Amino acid sequence: MGSTWAVDLADIGAVYPWQGLELIMVLAAVAVWIIWHIVQIKQENNDYADDIAQFGSKEAIKKALDDHPI
Amino acid sequence: MGDNLAALTTVFTEFYYWVTVVFMFLIHVGFCMYEVGASRRRNHLHTLMKNTMLIPLVTITFFFFGWWIYWAFPNGPWITGPLLTDAAAPNAPTSPTMGTNLGDRITGVFWAAFLLFSWTAASIVSGSVIERIRSGAFWIIAVMIGSVTWIIDAAWGWHAQGWMVKLLGYHDAYASGVIHAIAGGTALGVLVVLGPRLGRFKADGTARAFVPQNPWLVTVGLFLIYTGFWGFYAACNVPIISPEGIGGEITGSTWTATTIYLTPTTLGAITVNFLMSLSGGLLVGYLVSKGDPFWTYSGGLAGIITASAGNDLYHPIQAMFIGGIGTYLAYKLHYMVENRFKVDDAVGAVAVHGYAGVIGLIIAGFMLWGYPSSPYEGFATVNPLGQTIGAVIMFFVLGFVPAWIVSKILDGAGLLRVPKQVELMGLDFKTLHEEEAAREDVRRAEKALA
Repeated sequence: MGSTWAVDLADIGAVYPWQGLELIMVLAAVAVWIIWHIVQIKQENNDYADDIAQFGSKEAIKKALDDHPI
Repeated sequence: MGDNLAALTTVFTEFYYWVTVVFMFLIHVGFCMYEVGASRRRNHLHTLMKNTMLIPLVTITFFFFGWWIYWAFPNGPWITGPLLTDAAAPNAPTSPTMGTNLGDRITGVFWAAFLLFSWTAASIVSGSVIERIRSGAFWIIAVMIGSVTWIIDAAWGWHAQGWMVKLLGYHDAYASGVIHAIAGGTALGVLVVLGPRLGRFKADGTARAFVPQNPWLVTVGLFLIYTGFWGFYAACNVPIISPEGIGGEITGSTWTATTIYLTPTTLGAITVNFLMSLSGGLLVGYLVSKGDPFWTYSGGLAGIITASAGNDLYHPIQAMFIGGIGTYLAYKLHYMVENRFKVDDAVGAVAVHGYAGVIGLIIAGFMLWGYPSSPYEGFATVNPLGQTIGAVIMFFVLGFVPAWIVSKILDGAGLLRVPKQVELMGLDFKTLHEEEAAREDVRRAEKALA
């Protein structure tokens, strides 16, 4: 893409920046996607472990059921 | 864009698909409301986030590889031909036509319309597994159906050159199978590994009723799903195309709307049939459930889903009866499977989408027996055997089996189901506990200022 819109639009195709670097952008995005799943699963495991450690006793669960009924 | 007529057609088509995308967004709003309404209070936030976050995950993965699969896999590959790498190249994530491109105004909106189908497929599964599946596990399954399995089935059976259309005469104009049967089969595959919610079944095997916590949210949610379904139907059509544009056996110069197979239909016809099949489903859903609101609304959905395979061609009265039949059978099958196999499908998704979708495909095989499946030469005509094989591929081969395998792997790694204690205390317990503590802190602070 040049620095002016004084063009015949019929001759214009892609106009986004960093043309030619699509593969690198896609690889970066795929890496973010996979890392997101890994971090999320670790967070979820830790959250459940914390929940059980803090509130996982029989008495605490019975109280939770009373506090937050069906 | 060539001459003015070509420019107008292109811009109309671009705008047409854009409108369908906005309408289809309401399906997702509806599913979120429905699921939250059907879940118990202590699981609301988890239920909401589980469904919401499938949006970005399916979107980015559909950009990475889902869209490419659709264009690369119509031949199987290697059933009727090779992998179509040339046809798929402009739809790869690295293609210049996938970015802002003044030379291509259609790929983006077409991609988005398909993406919204992907969300729907994943969201159907989401409702059935509420209140005990881990979010991380569900999101992996959502990517599987949203960006892999459903789009493979679309390449095979929902593409003008799909091998199922060519060899089997498969006809599924508004996705009884390619969205609903596969989503129902996927939900069932997950459910049999995941197991029922704690306390769902009594010691003698009979089911306890887990009553929807907020029936009004469920109701509005289902109304929104109906609304979004209009957009879904419109998105399944090519809005306007000339016989030369199709390039098949159609003669003359009459422009038309077509199905995804490029077989002619009209927006008027599918609008009437949508309403008549919705009505057939509602009428039967009300009677068979003895006026239960949940099943009456779900019956409306099941009615549309059953008739969808052939709603481009049916007479409205046929659409009404087919919708009613599908709803009746889906309702009966739901309770038969629940009682016999102890499958806890929290929202009846396997029945409403899976069984109704399968039934709709088979009925279409009989109703449309001998109809051309394609405007092109050499394609099999629509027939009951082809539709039945298609239903098995959708529900079982691409639906149940991959979901069962992935669920087994996740279960083996201890990542499928939330721990028992957390399920009992409620998936939102810690958040609710912290919120209550924050409220108490504010109350104390305000009292000190009084």
